[in-house]
Amino acid sequence: MAWSATSPGANQPDNTAFTQQRLPAWQPLLSAGIVLPLFFCVGLAFIGLGLGLYYTSNGIKELEYDYTGDPGTGNCSVCAAAGERVAPPPANCTCQWCFSLSELFQGPVFLYYELSNFYQNNRRYVVSRDDAQLSGLASALRHPTNECAPYQRSPAGVPIAPCGAIANSLFNDSFKLLHQRLPGGAYVEVPLDRTGIAWWTDYHVKFHNPEPINGSLKLAFYGTAKPPNWPRPAYDLSPDPNNTGFVNQDFVVWMRTAALPTFRKLYARIRHGNYSAGLPRGAYCVNITYNYPVLAFDGHKRLIFSSISWMGGKNPFLGVAYLTFGSLCIVTGFVMLVVYIRHQDENGEDEDE
Amino acid sequence: MALCTKKRPPAGIMTVPKEMPEKWSRAGVPPAWSRKKPSWGTEEERRARANDREYNEKFQYASNCIKTSKYNIVTFLPVNLFEQFQEVANTYFLFLLILQLIPQISSLSWFTTIVPLVLVLTITAVKDATDDYFRHKSDNQVNNRQSQVLISGILQQEQWMNVCVGDIIKLENNQFVAADLLLLSSSEPHGLCYIETAELDGETNMKVRQAIPVTSELGDINKLAKFDGEVICEPPNNKLDKFSGTLYWKENKFPLSNQNMLLRGCVLRNTEWCFGLVIFAGPDTKLMQNSGRTKFKRTSIDRLMNTLVLWIFGFLVCMGVILAIGNAIWEYEVGARFQVYLPWDEAVDSAFFSGFLSFWSYIIILNTVVPISLYVSVEVIRLGHSYFINWDKKMYCVKRRTPAEARTTTLNEELGQVEYIFSDKTGTLTQNIMVFNKCSIYGRSYGDVFDVLGHKAELGERPEPIDFSFNPLADKKFLFWDPSLLEAVKVGDPHTHEFFRLLSLCHTVMSEEKNEGELYYKAQSPDEGALVTAARNFGFVFRSRTPKTITVHEMGKAITYQLLAILDFNNIRKRMSVIVRNPEGKIRLYCKGADTILLERLHPSNQELLNTTTDHLNEYAGDGLRTLVLAYKDLEEEYYEEWAERRLRASLAQDSREDRLASVYDEVENDMMLLGATAIEDKLQQGVPETIALLTLANIKIWVLTGDKQETAVNIGYSCKMLTDDMTEVFIVTGHTVLEVREELRKAREKMMESSRTVGNGFSYQEKLDSSKLTSVLEAIAGEYALVINGHSLAHALEADMELEFLETACACKAVICCRVTPLQKAQVVELVKKYKKAVTLAIGDGANDVSMIKTAHIGVGISGQEGIQAVLASDYSFSQFKFLQRLLLVHGRWSYLRMCKFLCYFFYKNFAFTMVHFWFGFFCGFSAQTVYDQYFITLYNIVYTSLPVLAMGVFDQDVPEQRSMEYPKLYEPGQLNLLFNKREFFICIAQGIYTSVLMFFIPYGVFAEATRDDGTQLADYQSFAVTVATSLVIVVSVQIGLDTGYWTAINHFFIWGSLAVYFAILFAMHSKGLFEMFPNQFRFVGNAQNTLAQPTVWFTIVLTTVVCIMPVVAFRFLKLDLKPELSDTVRYTQLVRKKQKAQHRCMRRVGRTGSRRSGYAFSHQEGFGELIMSGKNMRLSSLALSSFTTRSSSSWIETLRRKKSDSASSPSGGADKPLKG
Repeated sequence: MAWSATSPGANQPDNTAFTQQRLPAWQPLLSAGIVLPLFFCVGLAFIGLGLGLYYTSNGIKELEYDYTGDPGTGNCSVCAAAGERVAPPPANCTCQWCFSLSELFQGPVFLYYELSNFYQNNRRYVVSRDDAQLSGLASALRHPTNECAPYQRSPAGVPIAPCGAIANSLFNDSFKLLHQRLPGGAYVEVPLDRTGIAWWTDYHVKFHNPEPINGSLKLAFYGTAKPPNWPRPAYDLSPDPNNTGFVNQDFVVWMRTAALPTFRKLYARIRHGNYSAGLPRGAYCVNITYNYPVLAFDGHKRLIFSSISWMGGKNPFLGVAYLTFGSLCIVTGFVMLVVYIRHQDENGEDEDE
Repeated sequence: MALCTKKRPPAGIMTVPKEMPEKWSRAGVPPAWSRKKPSWGTEEERRARANDREYNEKFQYASNCIKTSKYNIVTFLPVNLFEQFQEVANTYFLFLLILQLIPQISSLSWFTTIVPLVLVLTITAVKDATDDYFRHKSDNQVNNRQSQVLISGILQQEQWMNVCVGDIIKLENNQFVAADLLLLSSSEPHGLCYIETAELDGETNMKVRQAIPVTSELGDINKLAKFDGEVICEPPNNKLDKFSGTLYWKENKFPLSNQNMLLRGCVLRNTEWCFGLVIFAGPDTKLMQNSGRTKFKRTSIDRLMNTLVLWIFGFLVCMGVILAIGNAIWEYEVGARFQVYLPWDEAVDSAFFSGFLSFWSYIIILNTVVPISLYVSVEVIRLGHSYFINWDKKMYCVKRRTPAEARTTTLNEELGQVEYIFSDKTGTLTQNIMVFNKCSIYGRSYGDVFDVLGHKAELGERPEPIDFSFNPLADKKFLFWDPSLLEAVKVGDPHTHEFFRLLSLCHTVMSEEKNEGELYYKAQSPDEGALVTAARNFGFVFRSRTPKTITVHEMGKAITYQLLAILDFNNIRKRMSVIVRNPEGKIRLYCKGADTILLERLHPSNQELLNTTTDHLNEYAGDGLRTLVLAYKDLEEEYYEEWAERRLRASLAQDSREDRLASVYDEVENDMMLLGATAIEDKLQQGVPETIALLTLANIKIWVLTGDKQETAVNIGYSCKMLTDDMTEVFIVTGHTVLEVREELRKAREKMMESSRTVGNGFSYQEKLDSSKLTSVLEAIAGEYALVINGHSLAHALEADMELEFLETACACKAVICCRVTPLQKAQVVELVKKYKKAVTLAIGDGANDVSMIKTAHIGVGISGQEGIQAVLASDYSFSQFKFLQRLLLVHGRWSYLRMCKFLCYFFYKNFAFTMVHFWFGFFCGFSAQTVYDQYFITLYNIVYTSLPVLAMGVFDQDVPEQRSMEYPKLYEPGQLNLLFNKREFFICIAQGIYTSVLMFFIPYGVFAEATRDDGTQLADYQSFAVTVATSLVIVVSVQIGLDTGYWTAINHFFIWGSLAVYFAILFAMHSKGLFEMFPNQFRFVGNAQNTLAQPTVWFTIVLTTVVCIMPVVAFRFLKLDLKPELSDTVRYTQLVRKKQKAQHRCMRRVGRTGSRRSGYAFSHQEGFGELIMSGKNMRLSSLALSSFTTRSSSSWIETLRRKKSDSASSPSGGADKPLKG
């Protein structure tokens, strides 16, 4: 043990600043000269930031529609009711949400879907995936990890790709936005940009399709089963080879699990053609293909149009929190100042000396 | 070896022997063996027959082999692991590890637990192995010592471990005694033999042992080989000074006593050889029996920590239950219907069972409230503090070349909480060096040193000592400053000559002259040595003695006196005399002894001289010197003849021989002529009075426990300022019976209460008071009292029915001195205070007789002085001077305590802040035991991200510089009152931690609930949330440690900034592409850091969280500092102010200091300190306090003392064979 090495030579301890505990040091003290200005500065800075954040957030527009289809709430309830009985629900039950804009919805506009009471953050749900498989590893494709159970293998024992509960529960409602430019005019489909809705790193690094065999992704997936809830296998998700299989953007977005039971995920961006500046005034309808049942667990589905700022989407919380805490700092600062002056007065004579 | 008794010392943490004990003594390692009993039950008596191994083997006595080691190579791993897993903490973590292996439960990867656990186990195992290696080495060294054993008529070399009970062994000069022996014969006449018992009882003087007459003739091997006596004696016990047994030989019985025994641990001196019969061997020897059981010492913080950990564990279970219930409800209400997307695990068939599993899952993820790194960090911090003690140059003794040494690393912070110090006297307070300082000869006092102007000179400004070069036989080391004494000798003043003649004749010193003129004196007590040396230098050189003569060189002339009789010293007589016939044929009796006794035995004609001498004696005693009175008496030839006849008859008497002899001596030592008096200085160690004064100011009570006589002890009490004349009264308890002692204690209490009660005596204290009432009354006592208690009274006072009374009386006194106490009593006193006072005790001593007390006290300190190394080996800290104690306590102890408290507060805070986030998250993730953070963050949070800054604070932090803690001893008080870390402080930390965790979760929650990124994609994904919370957490706890750190050295800067940097470095590394591509399932957070931390919203969240967490703390601290500052804050503040206004302040300080001398401020209590310091007057408290000690009115305190003594029962007895000491 190094213990015996402490007394070198003549047993005399070294005379260094370290051994004698005389290291030069900064000894800060919470004196009034530091603390009071600190509080006022922080208070003012926070109020300033808070105002900025608040107005930025207020400038962001949001349009929201709950299309869950609770009985008697619009035309989606038919689909919802149908979905209750069978899972997966009958394909292509559609419903519609129509709205009109009296002025330009400042762009770029983003279309989100929001699910609530959906526990993507449940531990068993979170672990139920195989990132090795999703990264395109051939071995993992055929041998999904045990954590995917019970969606590891199909009842026939065939490995499921992509495996796990997250993949299996992929959100599969789809939306089509129609615009009626003039009253009574024809509805024109608004182009929805469905690419680039996932994180760049997810799309380019984390998710890869298995190496296609003879240029065919289908062959690469040979010997795997589709997740039970999926209507078609992964390689068939989209005709676009860059958007199918594990790199399907919707799928990638879905696989980035949410932190909280209520979450919104990006569905599409509206930025092409006439709509690059935003949604012009007029009547709009969203055609919803209703596939995804949520009523069973009191979940809700919403559609959201939202614009965006440098700090992201609408977020009133930050602004309010900054304002509140900034004011609190100022108030506390004054209280402390008063206490300090009172106390100084008591010891006034001593201080003068 | 087969008989070696197994011994299992308790698993000590970090008891690292610094060096191998050179002597064989084993007190340093825990000797808690369990003695193997003979197969037929408890040993009731011991039978040992000489030279008959077969017979003795029947009894299966322990052999002389000692085993203190725990492991060998094969057993190390299993035994060590078994021991380590007996630690609750380790088992707990093992249990967690097993839980984590169950997939349904595992909420964390297994490596989050196993990495720290393996680390801890390995470190401990390495340390244990090293310790045990040293034990093996020292065992072997001791067991393989050679001794000469008589086997079948031949002396054979045998190793110590092969010596058996009943063997006869031969010892030679300067050898250690191998076992407890019955002395059979020796090279000296009458079977005498001399031993030194320093290792055994701490006394350095030589002792005489004598073989019983029948065996003393067995001088040669042939006779010894035929010796077949059988000894029947008491079973092994730990009484060092008692032995009773009987030797049966040739159909005769011979009683045996301690006088015939040589005990293991003694060293043979001045005796060429001797033979002894082994009675007790190995673990049965008195030394081993005496070394007692070492209890594993834990500090009060340790105990508190254990309690708190238990509470936290309870808290953990509560949280687990709450979350489990939550889980069951959630699964029932929501989860069951959510099964479309997330079916239950196969094994789970009901919500209830799911709740049950989730309980264990939560136990796993919430276990970080008590991380294993807590224990490791605490050990590391203590180790650091121990190194600082070892390294301290100001505790390094240049003369002895010994640095201070922290022998255990587990007690450091307790040094900052000491309330009672129990100190040995000889060798601890005093140097055990006697110096002939002054003398009074025929009414004239010599020895005062005067400077040129005729003032008494102070130490340090002394002129040159007088020159003894006229005397070739003079001892060069002897120093004396008063030339007038030498003048008196040179002019041939008859009284002076007679004075020194007495000193050269009346003693029991042995001389040794290796070369011509090179005289060495071997004195039984250092006092005697000092006196004879003084006479030697003044020209009366004691040269040699035979049993019948004494040869003295008187002023260069050799004169041989006929030695007629030595009337030896004992405790009752308190004097010794010799009767000599000078060459002229005149017979004279020379006597020296205690003034109390001798002054009464003088011839009436001495009255006038007696008065002046008494004045001188008072003066000497007032200086704390040990005095002796010298007298002589001329004897008529006839009278002597007749007296000698009576003496012979008395010495031959069968019954009450002692008494008869005493009365014969009494008769002749009468009507003596006074010659003068000597004053010997029992040299105090350097800085003792100052240290005691400083420690007293720090509210530490000092008790002196000494084996010495009452007078000596009281003397030392005065000279080291424990007792002062300002004291209202010094109580002396010397009762011999229970009733007397009780009465004396009661009287003392009554007196104290009387004086403190200003208003009448409304109620009587005659009847027994219940203890609580007593304490409350006694604690409010105003005056300063001191208690002196004698060993035999202490024995009664320590009995169960009186101990409380004694303790309360003693604790009400400012100073307590216990004299004539046995080692066991020392331990009992310490135990008593420990038991009832709940205060931290420290025992300091240097001799083997202090070992028991050193082991009993919370902290044992050994003075590495001259008296062997037993005390040091048994101690927790050792250094070579008493004065270092102030530094050990006031500087190192205080800092250690402060650092440990700050460390613990912060540690609990940071882990609650870290862990409780999971609890809040539980409500939003279906109570599924999903962690908020990445698993790597959980693994590394405690061992990488937050460990070093807090360790640096725990090791280096200082609130005030070391000089200040010596100047303001009151700074020590928070430790004694346990203010810095207690249950209240703990709850505050926990509350702060929980507050932080709430913000840490809910602010990001508020922000993330509906937020999106600046590119429109989702922000509120789990991984971004995890990174945001983790980053804010690391920043918040780093800022918090920055606030807590009071002393930012470069190391602190490096660790704090470094930790933050390392956090971000590791974060980006873990989220990098490279790692993901290698292990896609392990590093799922790929790309997360760069995506998340690029978002302004995330940074707004982090800043908001940090500021909201920290600002209230700053506000609270500021207000506390402003409204209720601690003394240390004030000292720091003053320092800050002083730095700012240097020049101006300096001159003001000087003014302030001169003024302060007039005030009696030093003794006022804590209030007012702050004001004073704020005023900038800055008086140096220690010097002030000392100044009030320096002048003592030369009152006649010794008179009062003496009167009191004669009131109370007279001279003490017991320990009758104690040699003359002062």
